Amino acid sequence: MDKGFSPVGLRVLVVDDDPTWLKILEKMLKKCSYEVTTCGLAREALRLLRERKDGFDIVISDVNMPDMDGFKLLEHVGLELDLPVIMMSVDGETKRVMKGVQHGACDYLLKPIRMKELKIIWQHVLRKKLQEVRDIEGCYEVGADWFTRNDEAHYLGGGEDVSFGKKRKDFEFEKKLLQDESDPSSSSKKARVVWSFELHQKFVNAVNQIGCDHKAGPKKILDLMNVPWLTRENVASHLQKYRLYLSRLEKGKELKCYSGGVRNMDSPPKDAEFSSGHQSPGKSSYVYSGGSSLVHKAETDPKQLASSSVSDPSSDVHMPPKGKKKRIEFEPPISSSVFDSLLPWSDVPDPLESKPQILFESSFLQQQPLLPSQSPYVVASAPTLMEQEMKPSYETCVNADEFLMPQNKNSTVINQDVSLSTPSAISCMKLQESSSNVNNDTESILRSLNWELPESHHSGFIDTDLDFSWLHGEHLLANTGLQNFQFQDYSSSSSLLSELPPHLWFGNDRLPEPDEYTLMVDHGLFIS
Amino acid sequence: MGKFMQGYLDEQFMELEELQDDANPNFVEEVAASYFKDSARLINNIDQALRRGPLDFNRLDSYMHQFKGSSTSIGASKVKTECTMFREYCRAGNAEGCLRTFQELKKEHATLRKKLEHYFQVQASDQLCVINQLQNMC
Repeated sequence: MDKGFSPVGLRVLVVDDDPTWLKILEKMLKKCSYEVTTCGLAREALRLLRERKDGFDIVISDVNMPDMDGFKLLEHVGLELDLPVIMMSVDGETKRVMKGVQHGACDYLLKPIRMKELKIIWQHVLRKKLQEVRDIEGCYEVGADWFTRNDEAHYLGGGEDVSFGKKRKDFEFEKKLLQDESDPSSSSKKARVVWSFELHQKFVNAVNQIGCDHKAGPKKILDLMNVPWLTRENVASHLQKYRLYLSRLEKGKELKCYSGGVRNMDSPPKDAEFSSGHQSPGKSSYVYSGGSSLVHKAETDPKQLASSSVSDPSSDVHMPPKGKKKRIEFEPPISSSVFDSLLPWSDVPDPLESKPQILFESSFLQQQPLLPSQSPYVVASAPTLMEQEMKPSYETCVNADEFLMPQNKNSTVINQDVSLSTPSAISCMKLQESSSNVNNDTESILRSLNWELPESHHSGFIDTDLDFSWLHGEHLLANTGLQNFQFQDYSSSSSLLSELPPHLWFGNDRLPEPDEYTLMVDHGLFIS
Repeated sequence: MGKFMQGYLDEQFMELEELQDDANPNFVEEVAASYFKDSARLINNIDQALRRGPLDFNRLDSYMHQFKGSSTSIGASKVKTECTMFREYCRAGNAEGCLRTFQELKKEHATLRKKLEHYFQVQASDQLCVINQLQNMC
């Protein structure tokens, strides 16, 4: 049984000089609910493509065309139109396949082609779009355009596999998220910053320049970055996340949970050397302070947070200077009976918009504080760690990009979690279970997402190609609000994470707002 | 499909049958018709190429590549096997082998055609039977 999930109305151009195959492919693609145009000649195909710019989403072409070499066509399409192209052939010789790769094919399918291979071609379209979003600094249009254009293309939930099912309203919600993000005049309160690769690189450079100096505050970083439209608040919040990310890296692959309240209970508050990121032993780490300030983008002066102690003796250490008592009460003991302690979360004081961050891994809570000797700016080691964690890079940009990587390792976590609608021990356990299955193998990550992988013998290409780079796209999905676009079923409310128990957050005293959420997700900080 | 077709057609044929639906009730037959029309043309081309003096193996290989691709469309497994063999001989520059294999290929092709024609006829008459029965019932 095919677990189906195909965007309806994907516009496909099929090019093949074999009339029989053309007929068959047309039928198959129609069965996938795609919009099909067939063409028997390469030149004709090019003409069509040029005439109807933006008229197609993807091209599938046979390698052997009488009037033009299929690879030539591939080049033209790739260069002029920047559409994803899938090559087909009865011939699966490695060198031919490689030639396809070199000429920029997204995939190489062997004839006879199976339905399941065609059902997933939309992934190439999406991935390409996401790459575009990423490549354009601060530019939201592509993703939004694509989405808007595909307004009519509603997404079918497939088969009986609930994990692929996605309610229409959820899709609408994500679309709205994306549109909000892209529309500068939207009603979101704050202009959301998309931390693109380049922007983050600038950030990292600035941070490194300042060095492992606890005086590295957002203002300094901002000045160094020299990005006119960026605000101190933007930098501050990004800085928090970055520190979190680094601290997670320090911990290596150990799965821990950064649940703020726990540690707080156990250790008396001390001055959080917040900006330095150093922690004294036994103190709840800067992680939490970071978390708190993260959510105070507009309301809190990041500079103050950065440089001063965050502790508020009258309440929990994580309380930001604002002094609101929003700490989520936790009941010790924190142990393997993790879930017990997690349950009484209902006393979340603020009826804030519930967009919690999920920053934990399998063992939900952990008692030891972070290593005291941690420096937040271990930039040099960070990429290395990432490299170890990730498979050899499929794409060339691996520097700051890796900052965005952690997510894929634990994408199971976030997706599983998002599907929780009520806080419950079972949900938590599910989370734990899924996280413990996490490993660095991209394939298994995809599998754990119940994502059907393409049959390797037909398109061995796609395994390497799509698996890894798809995960690149994964965080970008988040970035564009499409994060769970084809993953779990959101049987809960349209608000993605509305019911996620706050104790699963990382110690925020306030739930982040939707745009913040997206920003956080963007940086893979949902997974620790 | 059963024993009648065994060995002559592979899973691809079944895939085609699965594609057949109310929108295209004669899909498989249409595909088969398309295949035989196209493959007849290709056979003709190859025939002619084989008659011309020294064999142009590259050209022949190219034709056969097309033929093979076409044959995969309906799952003509025996025909496909002959195609592969032919290409081997082409690469080896073995004219004799090419000619021999081509004869085999044509035979398999003709056999398949007959079988499929029969198959569709039976299907059609089955359908007629059903219709008759239904009519008789009224």
